Amino acid sequence: MSDLDARRTSHEELIERLVADLAPTRPLWSPLLRAALWLSAATLVGVGVALLSDLGAVSRRLTAVPDMWLAFLGSVLTAGLATVAAFEIALPDRKSAWALLPVPPLLLWIFASGAGCLRTWLLPETHIAPLEEAKDCLMFIVGFSAPLSALLIFMLRRAHPLRPNLLGVVAGLAVAATTNVLLVLRHPFDAAATDLLVHLVAVLIVVGLNMLAAKKVFAENFELSPRRF
Amino acid sequence: MSRDNFTEKADVSVDERWLRLMGAAQRGERAAYATLLRECVPFIRRVAARQGVRPDQIDDVVQETLVALHRARAAYDPARPFAAWLRAIAQRRAIDLLRRSARIDGREIHSPLAYESYADVSSDPAAQSAARSGAALITAAAANLPARQREALEQLALRGLSLEAAATETGRSKGALKVNLHRALKSLRVRFGGEG
Repeated sequence: MSDLDARRTSHEELIERLVADLAPTRPLWSPLLRAALWLSAATLVGVGVALLSDLGAVSRRLTAVPDMWLAFLGSVLTAGLATVAAFEIALPDRKSAWALLPVPPLLLWIFASGAGCLRTWLLPETHIAPLEEAKDCLMFIVGFSAPLSALLIFMLRRAHPLRPNLLGVVAGLAVAATTNVLLVLRHPFDAAATDLLVHLVAVLIVVGLNMLAAKKVFAENFELSPRRF
Repeated sequence: MSRDNFTEKADVSVDERWLRLMGAAQRGERAAYATLLRECVPFIRRVAARQGVRPDQIDDVVQETLVALHRARAAYDPARPFAAWLRAIAQRRAIDLLRRSARIDGREIHSPLAYESYADVSSDPAAQSAARSGAALITAAAANLPARQREALEQLALRGLSLEAAATETGRSKGALKVNLHRALKSLRVRFGGEG
């Protein structure tokens, strides 16, 4: 048997195995629809948190100075657009450029939050979070991120991402921004430098955990010798 | 347009055909799926070659892409071009293979002379020598056995023939061969046991 014949036989054997393994499958719903479903689940969590919060105080705090509501708007938009981007780039034929979709609101979120730091110099009465409160923030973000990340990765599992690291970053950003929105509803103080630093650390932790999760969940896609299909 | 003229971009009719076949495969139609997979092979080869994969590795890319296609079939949206979807998977598989090859090439070198310069760790000269001397002792001891016992030992134990084959070859009955083999082994045990 020539090499060419051997290769053909080998391909033919694989094709026969794949065909034997075929079962009817339902095509995934559109990325937008699945993103909307995940955001709806996150909104339900948000409603639950809001019911336990003093919404009047939250509203006064957000409208007191422009950087607060701009940062809030930035995190809301980042959450929405990063979620859409995550569901898009999880599909094999979508461009990596989808990852840039949440960048403009992310910049708004970062700069508006940074502006909050300046206020601690302009308004001396602003409450600055001590280390204990900052730790609570960190625990809140990481704690709420875990189930939201698990749900997001679960909803992405049937896609076939070709770049799991990029997907992990974008999914982590979506979860971190969503959790930040939830945090604003419970936040007892305004943005300050310590606060910003804690948020940054929390976002990096969530993004890192999502990268690890995506890599683990989708590792099978990159196995050299798959044991099963 | 014939299949031969089909390029990665252009052939709309082929893409439509593949789209229909993939739609049927998603519904579980095996014949359509088999046709689709077979038709994809040359396309994947071209994509891999264009990515710079070595000719001897192109079939690896083909197989990995076919497996990836199988696993990702639920992620294919029938409203979108199939060829672009498949090309994205094949390109990524080719890039992954090139990276793996680069990593392996960076750590390993091909050095056939190394086999001649280093001893084979699996070979044990002492064991080989002992086996040789053991075989020589048995051969010498067998030479002192009575002829029928030696004959049974050679045919059944050393050559490994079945009783039927040994009986046919020697013209003895199976019972006689068994008795003589038993006696030969008993003599050898006594001999080596006494020596040991």
